[in-house]
Amino acid sequence: MAFASKRLGKELAKIHGSLPPGITLVTAEGFQEWLLDIQVLDANPIYMNKTFRLKFKFSPSYPIEPPEVTFLNTADRPVPMHPHIYSNGIICLDLLGQQGWSPVQNVESICMSLQSMLTGNTKNERPEGDEQFVASNRRRPRDIDFYYHDNTV
Amino acid sequence: MSSEDDFMSGMSSDEDDVLQESENEEGSADDFGFDEPEPDLGFSQKEDVQKKKKIFDVNFKVYQPKDIQAQQDDLIDEVNMILDIRKEDAAILLRHFRWNKERLIEDYMDRPKRVLEAAGLGTNVAGPPKLEVIPGFCCDICCEDEPGLKSFAMKCGHRFCVTCYNQYLAQKIKEEGEAARIQCPAEGCKRIIDAKSLDLLVTADLQQRYHELLTRTYVEDKEHLKWCPAPDCQNAIECGIKKKDLDRVVPTVVCDCKHRFCFGCILSDHQPAPCELVKRWLKKCADDSETANWISANTKECPKCNSTIEKNGGCNHMTCRKCKHEFCWMCMGLWSEHGTSWYNCNRFEEKSGSEARDAQAKSRVSLERYLHYYNRYANHEQSAKLDKDIYNKTERKMTQLQSASGMSWIEVQYLNSASQALQTCRQTLKWTYAFAFYLARNNLTEMFEDNQKDLEMAVEALSEMFEKNVQELAEPKLKVEIMDKTSYCNKRRVILLADTADNLANGVWSWGIDF
Repeated sequence: MAFASKRLGKELAKIHGSLPPGITLVTAEGFQEWLLDIQVLDANPIYMNKTFRLKFKFSPSYPIEPPEVTFLNTADRPVPMHPHIYSNGIICLDLLGQQGWSPVQNVESICMSLQSMLTGNTKNERPEGDEQFVASNRRRPRDIDFYYHDNTV
Repeated sequence: MSSEDDFMSGMSSDEDDVLQESENEEGSADDFGFDEPEPDLGFSQKEDVQKKKKIFDVNFKVYQPKDIQAQQDDLIDEVNMILDIRKEDAAILLRHFRWNKERLIEDYMDRPKRVLEAAGLGTNVAGPPKLEVIPGFCCDICCEDEPGLKSFAMKCGHRFCVTCYNQYLAQKIKEEGEAARIQCPAEGCKRIIDAKSLDLLVTADLQQRYHELLTRTYVEDKEHLKWCPAPDCQNAIECGIKKKDLDRVVPTVVCDCKHRFCFGCILSDHQPAPCELVKRWLKKCADDSETANWISANTKECPKCNSTIEKNGGCNHMTCRKCKHEFCWMCMGLWSEHGTSWYNCNRFEEKSGSEARDAQAKSRVSLERYLHYYNRYANHEQSAKLDKDIYNKTERKMTQLQSASGMSWIEVQYLNSASQALQTCRQTLKWTYAFAFYLARNNLTEMFEDNQKDLEMAVEALSEMFEKNVQELAEPKLKVEIMDKTSYCNKRRVILLADTADNLANGVWSWGIDF
């Protein structure tokens, strides 16, 4: 864990100093699981006045391995509508997969990527086959072979 | 077995008789030769020793790990000289072009910058890779900035500390099995790490694994190379057969480890059946055979509506759930004709019963047809296993035989040949049944079945002789019989395979289904 905790400690120090607008730290206890809230800043009607909660799970080999990032679903924190976000909070984004991940990425840059992924979206819909995926999926996000077929959204 | 004595006399003496025709065809098989001349690695003498080529044989070469390495090194050296670039870069370029040297050189001559960029080699700054200590450096991965921190950057200039690089490469090599296309850790940088830089950054065990994986990509990238699928075998086979040829040839190759397999689909040798047929047959067997067997053994069909019925109670009075027809499970006749004598059906000769049984038989023809072929297919598979068990005992048998009969080691080798003949012939026979299942019936099919019958009879006869005990095996008469039968089996197999391969190449088989 030494490798991950050293880096996460430095990230945390930086996050406590400053974070980009629309991103706030909720909890960062220990170096295994962090919660952050994100908001979309422009006037996108799909996400207006809504706050979304992200859960980060880190493995001991973070940042060599990507963290597991999902949206949480609570009373006042819905899972955002997006063609790449399943209703159980699992996100299909190449930079979170082993192929697209770079160890230079960090919690802040992931939050910003997700923020901009929402900002640019105009489709108020779930991915194709959402219902079936959510009902049948028992795998962890990192073990799912997402097919990054559509880079327009 | 004595019935076959008549065609055995003189058979073993001139083996070439049956092969003569096929030898004329050698030229046509050469059409599947290699596209590019391969470096001569001293295998030519070996090929001369190999037995004569038959029409159904394809050209192939077996390469050991060192040969595969040598081939790569030769290609790298060549590109290194022609294009005057570093060997590491030549290797990356070759891998990028999937080892198509001609295309690489051509493209590179046209627009070198673009080729380098696409392969992840970017703009060149001279000098070998080295670790450096840069004052004020902070690693973007671990955020470490202590003075004296050793760091490394490829020519893209993205610099990271040695520990992070090591962790990153270990993850890629060990966990993800990557080698040929490991990119710079920086986000969006397509630069690929070369072997020399890698050796500088990782421990010896990872270096070894890395080179293993690199060699593997060489074989996997080349269309004409495939790994031998036998467990623990590290050889690769080269064969010029292309995918589109597979409906005309069945490219069986034999590795130095003795494993016989199909170059087209990597499954064990399945001559005479072509790959597509094999694929369908295996799928059908996996899907249907157990079900079909069970249906055949445990169910009957309603004589009126043909619904499949399983008897689940003790009474023979059956009432079909679908059409309400009442009949007797034993004789299939109308229940109304049974009066009060039920429980002990004595009505076998009754007209309604025999008619119902005839109708039943007809409706089951396709099921029974499949099972006919499947059972024979499965039987040869099973028998080959049993023959193999005996083969494993053969060695002991041969030693016993040497002391019992005073024969020399070389004189008892006939048992070994017999055992090998049994294995290959049964493998062939097994697939003739899958082949026959898909054949439409015509004159060719009858010739095929005659050939199949001859081979099968001979194989069964040999298998029986082979099981004799040591005392009997020691008799010179049986030895001669076994040798004759072995050579006869091999000959019949060659005839059958030559015939089927010939017809396959000419596309004259007609199938019961479309391929």
